[in-house]
Formats: sequence, structure tokens, C-alpha cells
Amino acid sequence: MRSGENNLRSKIRGLADGVATGLAVLSTVLVVLPLLLIFGYLIYKGASSLNLDFFTQIPKPEGETGGGMANAIVGSGVVLAIASLLGIPVGIGSGIFLAEFGRGTKLAEAVRFTADVLNGVPSIVMGVAVYALVVTPQMPFSALSGGVALGIMMIPTVCRTTEEMLLMVPHAVREAALGLGVPNWRSVLSITVKTASPGIITGCMLAFARVAGETAPLIFTAFGNAFWSVSLTRPIAALPLEIYKYASSPYEDQHRQAWAGALVLIILIVLAVSLVRYVTSRGVLKGAS
Amino acid sequence: MNANVSEIRIPQVQLQPEPGSPDGKRPPKSEASEVRRYLLSRGNSAIADRGFRWLMVLCALSIFGIVVLIATELVKGSHLSWTKFGLDFFFKSFIDPDTKQPSYWDPVNEHFSALPFLYGTLVSSFLALLMAVPLAIGVAVFLTEMCPAVLRGPLAFLTELLAAIPSVIYGLWAMFMLVPLMRQYVNPLAIKLLGWTGFFDDSNPTGLGFLTAGVILAIMILPIISSLTREVMNAVPHSQREAVLALGATRWEMIQMAVLRNARIGIVGAIILGLGRALGETMAVTMVIGNSLDIQRSILSNGNSMASVIANQYAEASSDLHLSALTEIGLALFIVTIIVNALARLLVWAVTRGAPARVN
Repeated sequence: MRSGENNLRSKIRGLADGVATGLAVLSTVLVVLPLLLIFGYLIYKGASSLNLDFFTQIPKPEGETGGGMANAIVGSGVVLAIASLLGIPVGIGSGIFLAEFGRGTKLAEAVRFTADVLNGVPSIVMGVAVYALVVTPQMPFSALSGGVALGIMMIPTVCRTTEEMLLMVPHAVREAALGLGVPNWRSVLSITVKTASPGIITGCMLAFARVAGETAPLIFTAFGNAFWSVSLTRPIAALPLEIYKYASSPYEDQHRQAWAGALVLIILIVLAVSLVRYVTSRGVLKGAS
Repeated sequence: MNANVSEIRIPQVQLQPEPGSPDGKRPPKSEASEVRRYLLSRGNSAIADRGFRWLMVLCALSIFGIVVLIATELVKGSHLSWTKFGLDFFFKSFIDPDTKQPSYWDPVNEHFSALPFLYGTLVSSFLALLMAVPLAIGVAVFLTEMCPAVLRGPLAFLTELLAAIPSVIYGLWAMFMLVPLMRQYVNPLAIKLLGWTGFFDDSNPTGLGFLTAGVILAIMILPIISSLTREVMNAVPHSQREAVLALGATRWEMIQMAVLRNARIGIVGAIILGLGRALGETMAVTMVIGNSLDIQRSILSNGNSMASVIANQYAEASSDLHLSALTEIGLALFIVTIIVNALARLLVWAVTRGAPARVN
């Protein structure tokens, strides 16, 4: 009797185990499925729409077929260059502070926390704040304000990866430099930072890739432009912005362009993310130190 | 023999990771050795050193500066709307003088209330969490406890990629694939099966709306929740698992008793972090939520979230008050996401014991 009960119980337990395993596998499939759908659809739609004109022509007036996004690609380049000029030095600097000078201090703890908070601020809010800060009646919408918004968004990522990479550099390296009479600042810049540079560079690329696809803060800072413009004080086109505009347009040909733009953007981002993963998993740092 | 020993020892010393830091443990408080302190105190190039140090401190302080700047700009920008509407902005509707109907957002008569957008943000985020949380935990359990080692790397990479796709591309995909899917199959089915609850009605045949926004949001926050959940599950010591298994538990019982119970605070933190992301998510939601300015009970109806109304109207705001009202919504979003993120970080930190958790 008792053994029968036990038998039943262990059967139920086994069944529960099997069901749980099945559910976990099912949810993994359900998560991977949309990813494959998105990529499949994107490559299918994007590859059939991508041509040379896309990279060399500026947009045609609405309703006409043809044209490309050359101005948006260049515009994205300009905005991202401004963003990198602002975000990367400040990010690396604060990363160096966290790893080299502030270890264990209250200030560093607070900076780390604030950086994480900044990372969580919605990008649209960043756009609103930068609009209020930079966009004035004298300079309405501009490439500069778009660059500032994206630059601020790069800082937390760059800062935290720099810190992590610097922490991986062994102390012996620093002490060896100091022991040779090298001033501390030189030791930090040409020994520690240089040793960690592959990691820091990939961190910057990660931040770059992330803001490259940002649309929300650009809607009312860079604003978009249907013509050629590389002026810093005038509205400028950007790739994600054009994708957004074209996706909501009623014309079939603009949808085609949106898909092509999305494919270009995603290739850029996947390359950056894969590179980051390659560098961090292969432990380039260990070899360098 | 002697030479051999030194040859072995040198690489060992070089490869030795510095104590404490690489494994994610907190670095020891004062790790500068006597030698280093002596060298630092010698005073040559002290000015350059001090200058360099201050430059780095300045960079770090600028992060505070940026957050403060964002806050002050938002407060300044929303002052006009705040003085006119006060707290009613978030809670009350207005009576339209022409139609005598309650209305919320009327740029022509300059009446603004953020109530429908608060509602839209809450509904779409809640739907997203409802779908994403069980899936994310399932994936995390599968990857940490069940997955064959061969699959683990590629699957983790795939979920990481999901996090790297820009929001606008999710929106594009949703507009052309998810929306038709919802319009033709999911929504009619939901109306047929659940129409009696009153939350599903067929007044909106477009396929846009809260539910569609919830689905795309769920896909977007999944990787964040699952990667953090994995992180806290990995932080559960192996001895716990072994102890439960040794008592004769099945794998699922082991996961329940040893892993999920120990990691639960961290998992809650991960969910809250996902919520923070969902609340502020803009582009994909803007593209599929349908942009209506009313409150409707059906989750198949069009709506608007706080972020999407800013994205839609900010660049074309008709008056200063309109702009100010939109800025106030931005300020509310800023405060809410800060609170949500801080809370989530604290919870995750509590479990992973000081190893700073990173989103991605």
C-alpha cells in the first residue's frame, strides 16, 4: 500500500519535472522565434530593396520611385561623430576615475550608481531635455543638438566598460611602471589604459552601435532633412529617423527604402556586437597583459 | 632545476589576476602597496599628477552634472503647465466647452491632462510584463540549468542580439508583420474567446492598439529580464543545488527549492528593470499603439503612451503651453524611470553581492 503511494508520488514528481522541462524548452523556442522572424524578414525585404542608388542618391520627392538615402547615411555619420567626440572622452575619463582613483570611495559608488541611472533614462526624455537645453530660436533644429543628445547617451556605457576593462589589468603592471619612476598620469595613460585598450575600444564600439539606432532623441533635435546638408547648425537627416518617417508613409517605394535602411543599420550593429563578444570571450586582454 | 623553477614562477606571477576584482568581487579598500605609496609620495611631477587626477574627477562629476541638468531643464520647461494645471494634470479630465463631453488633450482649447497617456503606458507595460516574465524565466532556467553546453553560447548570443536591435527596427517589423498578424488572426480569436470580459471588442479593425504594443514591448524587454535573471541564478552557490539533489529531489524540485527561492529577490529586480525599459520605450510603441487621445477599456483599441505622445507631438507643438505639457509628461517619465531603475539595481545588487549588474 505504502509503496504504491510512493510509486504514485514519484510518478507525479517525474511528470512535474518533465512538464517544467518542456515549458522551459518551449519558452526558449518562443523567444528565439521572433528573433529569427525579424532577421529573416529584414534580410528578405532589405536585400531585395538594397541597390547602389541607396548609397549614392538623395531621396526623391514623395510618390516618385527611386532615390536613396545617401544624405541620411552621411548625416548619421556627422551626428555620430559629434556624439563620439562628446561621449567617448568623458566616458573614458570617468571610467579611469572609477578604476584608478576612486576605488572603494563613496564618490565612486555614487558615480557608478548615477551612470546606471543615466543608462536607464528613456531616450525620448533625453531628447526633451536636450531640446530645452540646446535648441533655441537662433538655432532651431540642428545636427549639433542631435549629437549632444546621443553623446550623453554614450557616456554610461563607455564609462562602465572602461572601468571593467581597467580593473582587469594586473597591479604588477602599474607598480612596475611606477617603480621605473614614471609619473602616475603617464603610467595610467601609456601603461594601464594602453593594456586595456582593446577592451575599451570595443566598449566604445558597443556604445556607438547602440546610439546609431536611436531615433527618439533625434525627432526633435536633428529633425531630419530631405536634402544634402552637413552643416552643424541646420537640420540634418539620420538613418533611423528616415526609417521611422518612411515606415509611416503611404508609399510602397518608401517602405522599400525603410527596409533597406534597416538592413544597413542592423548589419552595422550586429558587426559591432559580434566583435565585442569575440574580444571579450577570447580574452584579448589576458594576452596583452 | 633552479632555472626551471624561476621560469615557471615568472609567468605565474604575471598572469595572477589582481586579488578580488576580476571575479566581480569588490576590490579591497586599500590595495596600494607600501612601495607604491612611497613612489607616489616622492613628489616628482606632482602637479601633473594632480592635474590629471582632477581632470578625471571632473569627467566623473560631469555625469552628476548631466543628470542634474536634465532634471532642471525638465522642471523649467514644465513650469508653465505645472502652474496652470497642478496635480490635476495627472488625474482629471476636462469638460469640452463645445461638446460638453469629457476630454483630456485638447491643444486647440489649451486643455491638457496626461491621464490617457498614464493609462496607456501602464496598460501596455503591464501586458508586456505579463507575456515577457514567464518566458524570460523559462529561458533563464533553460539556459542555466538544463541547456546542453553546446547550445548555451549561441542561445545566449541570440538573446543578446535581441537586445541590440534598435527600437525603430522593431517598430518597422511590427508595422509590416505583427500588425497584419494581429489584425487577421489574433484579435478576432481574442474577441471570440474573451469578448465577454469586455476587455476585447471589435471596434478597432486596424490591428494596432495596446495589445500589439504589449507584444512588441514584451519581445523587447525579454532579453533584459532573462539575462539578469540568468545572472542572479548563476550567483546561487552550487552547493545549494547539490544539497537538494542529494536529498533525492528531481531537477524541477531542485530548481524550485534551491535556485528560484534563493534568486527570487534578484528576479524581482530584473522584472522591475524590464518594467523601467518598457515604461520609457518609444519608437516601436509609437509606431503600433494607434495614437488616440481617449481612454478606452478594450485592450484592442488604439491608445497612446507617455513616450509616444511626446514623440508624436513635440516637434509640432502648437503653443508654449502645449510644449510645456509635453515636457511635464517627460519629467514624470524621468522621475518614474529613475525610481524604478534605482529600486531594481538595489534588488539585483542585493543578490549578486556587489558585483555591479549591467544591462545587456
